[in-house]
Amino acid sequence: MTGPIGFGGGLPLATVLIHQRSGTTCEAANGFCPNWIAHNFSRYETPLLQHVVLTVVSVAIGFGIAFALALLAHRRRWLAGPVTGVTGVLYTIPSLSFFFVLQPITGRGSLTAIVALVSYTLLIIFRNVTTGLAGVAPETRDAGRGLGLSDRQLLWKVELPLALPEIIAGVRVATTTTVGLATLAFFAGAGGLGAQINADPVFKSNVVVAGGLCVALAVVLDIVLLALQRAVTPWTRAVPTA
Amino acid sequence: MNRTTTQTGEAASAHEAATLELRSVTKRYPGADEDAIAELSLEVPAGDICVLVGPSGCGKTTAMRLVNRMISITSGDILLAGRSVTELRPAELRKRIGYVIQQIGLFPHRTIAQNIATVPRLLDWKKERTAARVRELLDLVSLPAEMADRYPAQLSGGQRQRVGVARALAADPPLMLMDEPFGAIDPITRERLQNEFLRLQSELRKTIVFVTHDIDEAIKMGDRIAVLRKGGVLAQYATPAELLMAPADDFVEDFVGADRALKRLALLRVRDVQLWRAPLVREGDSTAQAREQVRTSDLPYPLLVSEDGRPLGWLSEDDLVKGRVELPVDTAAEPVLDRDSVLRDALAELLERDTQYGPVVDQRGHVVGVLSLELISHFLASSDAIQADPADRVTDTPALS
Repeated sequence: MTGPIGFGGGLPLATVLIHQRSGTTCEAANGFCPNWIAHNFSRYETPLLQHVVLTVVSVAIGFGIAFALALLAHRRRWLAGPVTGVTGVLYTIPSLSFFFVLQPITGRGSLTAIVALVSYTLLIIFRNVTTGLAGVAPETRDAGRGLGLSDRQLLWKVELPLALPEIIAGVRVATTTTVGLATLAFFAGAGGLGAQINADPVFKSNVVVAGGLCVALAVVLDIVLLALQRAVTPWTRAVPTA
Repeated sequence: MNRTTTQTGEAASAHEAATLELRSVTKRYPGADEDAIAELSLEVPAGDICVLVGPSGCGKTTAMRLVNRMISITSGDILLAGRSVTELRPAELRKRIGYVIQQIGLFPHRTIAQNIATVPRLLDWKKERTAARVRELLDLVSLPAEMADRYPAQLSGGQRQRVGVARALAADPPLMLMDEPFGAIDPITRERLQNEFLRLQSELRKTIVFVTHDIDEAIKMGDRIAVLRKGGVLAQYATPAELLMAPADDFVEDFVGADRALKRLALLRVRDVQLWRAPLVREGDSTAQAREQVRTSDLPYPLLVSEDGRPLGWLSEDDLVKGRVELPVDTAAEPVLDRDSVLRDALAELLERDTQYGPVVDQRGHVVGVLSLELISHFLASSDAIQADPADRVTDTPALS
């Protein structure tokens, strides 16, 4: 299955693993085998860790860049169009071609994968930060200025806190997307759960565990971000009491 | 009532109201053919409320926003306490000027206490001093202390507007700018907030620039009213009484309205009228006594009051056939008028109840006299009544002339 892609490592490994499956019933029947999973779980630990690192590092760097760009565009409105355009183009590049295009420059490994993954987070986060800042009511801004807040104080004490729900929503979407995209990072030689799936894509137990860990990772990260959002935006849950 | 100002070490003298002077202030937006504000000159004495009023597009809000440099001046100068507002950086200037807008603009992500503490925090006040000031201000604007930890979304419109005023007052600024502060509030609450604000102002004595499009509000709130016409041209700058008695031109007369005689009623309070003496009787008094009371008063019926002087009802002929006055009586003493309410409101209450007379009570609810339609029409007929010492009206500000 992986043959046409032509990465040296993938195909032989898969073949080897299929042969490793012994003649006992469950594995031989290619079923869902709890025993096999229990015995072999340790082989997923490193790929999972790689996957977590790829996702978290990519989203963190992507957030840093997109956030800085959004603040610039907030000050200089004309920047919003070009930034959306460029990050939009980045977003549409198919990930596989991106990995290949980058390899001559960044080589094989995590760096290539992270550069590509970062570029996919930019559009989402940039747009959400910009939308969040634009969503601050004009009267709130006017009152802030009228009370004597400087532009910087207005940004950090009023506008950004009020944009937090939008900003974190953007980070959540970017994170979930990145967990998914990072399954392809092994094409760049960065490992991750994708490599594990690719190692034996016909063995159900393997695919279920590796795929399941991907989904679980996405869910856990999303819950963490949701909890963070709730913790830092208590006012959004204030219920009118009058 | 200086409450905790001394306790917090805040010398009142440092924050005394300042005079505000606009000198030939002109604003023209880049690319515009005409001035938004043209050669506007006016002086607001310290401690006065100056209302900027006019039709929409007359530049009243622009004029106000020039003062704290939310909009930059094209030419001319604005002096606060004798010093040009351009001497300070805009943010520094604005921390010294209270700012209240129609949409209030509370920070939704901050609690009420944090909202009120905005300027003190910008000024790096100590925590305890800020906290004490917040408590004091909540009390000042009649909000319960437990509101402190709520968020703006949890308050009603009227409560939010009080917080807006408290926030503007936080650092005790010598000047307040208020742009239609009660404009977005239902009429009943607006009335109450206006009255509360005037009571507050009679204690605080801030210099206030108050923008409204509502001439009735202008007359009620203003010590002086600046009527602006299109293009930011000053049509008349006068006290409410002068404005109603002698409009400078057709535009002002038109703007003030054909009912300016009635509007004068808004300038005086019930206590300013020489009230009729009420023929008071109490339960158990003899009816002969009651009849005697009526004969020596201006009223045809005796007014039954409780032991401590609260109005209970009017006694009709039927109530006086027995030997002694008994409860209950047929006619309730509605409406009961507050001696501090504006004459116009008192008249409205009388008309609404379709009645000639209303007992007037003081703050404790004791009857101090009776107001009648006849008294009000006498008052309207005598045009010089309006020139009665304005010191006694609304804000208790001494006459300027």
